[in-house]
Amino acid sequence: MAVDHFPVEASHILMFARAIGDTNPIYCDESHAAGTEVGSIIAPPTFAQASAQFDPDYFLRPKAGQKWFGSGGTASGIMGGEKKEASNSEGEEKESGSAAGGLHAEQHFTYHRHLKPGDVLTAETKPGESWEKESKRAGVLKFSESITEYRDQSGELVVTARGVGVVTEKVIEQ
Amino acid sequence: MSLNASEIKVGDSYSELIVEDLTRTQIVQYAGASGDYNPVHSDEKFVTEVAGYPTVFAHGMLTMGMTGRMITNYVGDGRLTYYGVRFVNQVWPGDTLTARAEIAGIREEDGETLVDLTISTTNQDENFVLTGNATARTS
Repeated sequence: MAVDHFPVEASHILMFARAIGDTNPIYCDESHAAGTEVGSIIAPPTFAQASAQFDPDYFLRPKAGQKWFGSGGTASGIMGGEKKEASNSEGEEKESGSAAGGLHAEQHFTYHRHLKPGDVLTAETKPGESWEKESKRAGVLKFSESITEYRDQSGELVVTARGVGVVTEKVIEQ
Repeated sequence: MSLNASEIKVGDSYSELIVEDLTRTQIVQYAGASGDYNPVHSDEKFVTEVAGYPTVFAHGMLTMGMTGRMITNYVGDGRLTYYGVRFVNQVWPGDTLTARAEIAGIREEDGETLVDLTISTTNQDENFVLTGNATARTS
């Protein structure tokens, strides 16, 4: 993932705080925030993850003119239903998403400072380690790590994120 | 508000009910805000017929976000220097979650007093859904 332009905006912070059920005025009330130690609205600790909105190629967002792997008339837009070859006369057809079934296993954030409206970030992701584990519940688990560095408009490192994804051999049911 | 280093000790804890009867709509709300539209979180037809799960389930990051609310309510705004978790079980619609922080250590670094927290979030069956750690600056 590479994000060239992630503008941190007050309305986005408000929507994100609402989604996690956080009514803390530090995320939405400028006059309250001005009288606190931090001095301005800041973003909740997990907000950097919303950089997905600004990744043009983010694979878990439907895109105009591309097939999507979620349901429409059939249970998946790219599996079952019409065969791909039949609609492929004009060459390559683009698809968004994948049904490979990866899950999020771990997420870590190191904060060099907290994000605030007006910040314009870039994010660069590099692959980390990968490893396998055997699980009774889910078969072979394949883990892979990625490290994302978020930098602000001055090039300063503001947040370092480490994510671990896992692909399971079997569906996990509880 | 922040934690005052002179008023805390290892073993102190804090907990909050972070969601009661999690709704599918809140999961959709999180998808919209975060930009993660994976249909396993919102698309009943896809998730049951293609992905093979009993129903939709929450983004791990929604549980991490709601758990983060408990932490910032405890340590204060803008005080976290680290927050990391493992997603150990899935969170389903209807779940009621409680998040807990316990002080694991208090230490000095670069002239500041930092508090290390052990974090866990459990569901209504007292199964862990998230475990992790956080570090915050105290005053």
